[in-house]
Amino acid sequence: MSVSTCPSEPMAATVSDGLDDLDRALIVATQAGLPLVPDPWGAVGKPLGLDGNEVRARMQRMQDSGVIRRVAAVPNHYRLGYVANGMTVWNVDDAHIQRLGREVAAITGVSHCYRRPRHLPEWPYNLFVMLHGRSQAEVESQAEALRELLGDACRDHRILYSSRILKKTGLRLARRPGPPR
Amino acid sequence: MAALDQLAPLDELDRHLIDAFQRGLPLCERPFAAMAERVGASEAQVIERLQTLQQCQVLSRVGPVFDHARAGASLLAAVAVPDAERDRMAEVINRSPGVNHNYAREHDFNLWFVMTAADEGRLEARLDALEEELGVPVLRLPMLEGFHIDLGFPIPWAELEVS
Repeated sequence: MSVSTCPSEPMAATVSDGLDDLDRALIVATQAGLPLVPDPWGAVGKPLGLDGNEVRARMQRMQDSGVIRRVAAVPNHYRLGYVANGMTVWNVDDAHIQRLGREVAAITGVSHCYRRPRHLPEWPYNLFVMLHGRSQAEVESQAEALRELLGDACRDHRILYSSRILKKTGLRLARRPGPPR
Repeated sequence: MAALDQLAPLDELDRHLIDAFQRGLPLCERPFAAMAERVGASEAQVIERLQTLQQCQVLSRVGPVFDHARAGASLLAAVAVPDAERDRMAEVINRSPGVNHNYAREHDFNLWFVMTAADEGRLEARLDALEEELGVPVLRLPMLEGFHIDLGFPIPWAELEVS
């Protein structure tokens, strides 16, 4: 149940995470990168009728709320030698997954570490860890280190190498969603 | 390796910029001036270097990294399709509105994609529609919890120079 001003479903709430139309417009305007000019905030804000300080304040607010993880020089890891990646999936004891998830996320070469639902019987894996290395052998040794770290709490795991990238685009946020029902 | 040709001209300043700012840059009025001060260069130099690094794709961009899960609804999904049908199915998935990543992977579940939508209801509707079009069940794997440390990656500068 939800009322229009306060959606109660957790997933729907993420949409209205304090974002308004202008925040959404800023996401659209900056998701491919900031303009490389002395005053990038002013340049981004101009077509939206915002001054640089307002843009900066909104970006800061989105960063504080976690919508923006960071504003950074984002390296293309593939170009920088991290040519191998493997999506590793692990069947980890639910009782220990939070502690272990945090430990796994701190390992070098791990870019993403998520808990996801199992779908039994065909999908028993509940921890997803994306590994990046300079070679497949390096990814395999990272996975081996992970297996040791997880120890008895892990029943089974797989490394799913990508054989082809069929599509890859950044976040696309085109329109504002309608009001929650 | 082709990438090394592009990397050959990277100098101290380029490396310093990447090492120092891949985990974040200051949200101040003149961010490139602040970066310049930290690396001992001028604002114009920093801007020019960042442009060059973007052009040769060493940097994919300079800007915000969004948490997709908080900026809308999104979900990792997978389907198991016969190898002979994989490319055709991949086309269907790629055409489907909201799909922003699609990887072939070596597993029975051989197509892995990320579906996005403005909200949870529309996300489910898109997945239902795609499932019907594909004629196979879509494994839905929403993120339940994210463990983020975000240490960035140590760039293997020395190794990149060899060859």
